[in-house]
Amino acid sequence: MIVIIDYGVGNLASVKNALDKLGAKSVISNDAEIIKKSTALILPGVGAAGQGMRNLKKQGLDKVITQEINKGKPFLGICLGMQLLFENSEEGNVKCLGILEGSVKKFKVERKIPQIGWNQIDIKKSSEFFKDINDKDYFYFVNSFYCLPKDKEVTAGITTYGETFSSIVQKDNIIGVQFHPERSGKAGFQLLENFVKGANDVS
Amino acid sequence: MLAKRIVPCLDMTEGKVVKGVQFVSFRDAGDPVALAKKYSDEGADELVFLDITATVENRNILLDVVRRTAEVVSIPFSVGGGIRTVEDMRAILRAGADKVSVNTGGFKNPKLISDCAKEFGSQCVVLSLDAKKVGPNRWNVFINGGRTDTGVSTVEWAKKATKLGAGEILLTSIDTDGTKQGFNVELTKRVTKAVSVPVIASGGAGKLEDFAEIFEKGNADAALAASLFHFGELTIKQVKDYLRERNIPIRD
Repeated sequence: MIVIIDYGVGNLASVKNALDKLGAKSVISNDAEIIKKSTALILPGVGAAGQGMRNLKKQGLDKVITQEINKGKPFLGICLGMQLLFENSEEGNVKCLGILEGSVKKFKVERKIPQIGWNQIDIKKSSEFFKDINDKDYFYFVNSFYCLPKDKEVTAGITTYGETFSSIVQKDNIIGVQFHPERSGKAGFQLLENFVKGANDVS
Repeated sequence: MLAKRIVPCLDMTEGKVVKGVQFVSFRDAGDPVALAKKYSDEGADELVFLDITATVENRNILLDVVRRTAEVVSIPFSVGGGIRTVEDMRAILRAGADKVSVNTGGFKNPKLISDCAKEFGSQCVVLSLDAKKVGPNRWNVFINGGRTDTGVSTVEWAKKATKLGAGEILLTSIDTDGTKQGFNVELTKRVTKAVSVPVIASGGAGKLEDFAEIFEKGNADAALAASLFHFGELTIKQVKDYLRERNIPIRD
């Protein structure tokens, strides 16, 4: 059972709908016990970093997530859920989970902010996660901030919006995507399917 | 590169899609959920739902449409019509919409825009703005379904609303809406120049060239059309193939 972590920041239903369509069993929950028993975790998220971290901490989920990731459980962070993996965010100068080294920066202002719409990725790593995904495939982005990993090796995909940034990170059991696979048509579904398959192989 | 978006719009009343010509006289154009699925499958980049006769009774019908749409589409969609409170917005987002558009409710109560942006993030809050030319180089904001002139200039309100937290603007030109004579390039250009958020141009799409023009000359980030797609006069694929040939960045 995949758990979609509910921390009060929206777009949970669309992630759940996408997993349902793929035939993957999932549940939306904020219950530590259910999260611990899961086969894989998805941390979705639309909203601000400060609110997101506050909500996670209030429910003690920051510790649970860190523990489960350290145990090697397959983890997918989407949008804000990716950003929270890093050490800190410029969005309100918030200290985040610190599971990955690096920070979250705001786009330079000469661009329209937020970036809203379909943008392309370039794949930087060979991985089962990219099965049937091609360079230049489009995904749906909604973001004003982006992740700047300290370790260049974790960058698995890049995207350009004024500046080039890490739109996909991957390290061991952790995957983070800046875009919304659940709203990215066929390519997005393919990525979710690849994640689900990878998670099944582990468990 | 960020792609320009093609956005079919579904104007609805009592759970059915209708499309007006210059905001009056409606022709039935079908079931919203089926149509949404069709457009999503055909390569639409986003969908816009507008409940044009939003009433309390209609709200539950609308939420049901949103819920069923969220189950079948794999692209983002916004929903608007009669949004007056943060709770109105919450209900629609919970039902599965990605964004909510505010129009009259936001104009009468600008705090609604800042409250919603704080609660859900700017990316969820779309300012829906209906503009009409009232003099040389002057477009005013019209509210109440395009019936009431507010006396406020479009650029002024667009700037203020984005400062309050609107993350995107859905700009409808009442003058060109339903005419199929092309988008309002002049108006769109002014608004895109004045704000730093994406602008969806709406009203007047009639032929392929209109889409190229609103991107190339109007600097729009997205172009919306309704009846053109509903009645099959152009398909989304035709529009996208054409724009790609013109070297406008478009998602495959």
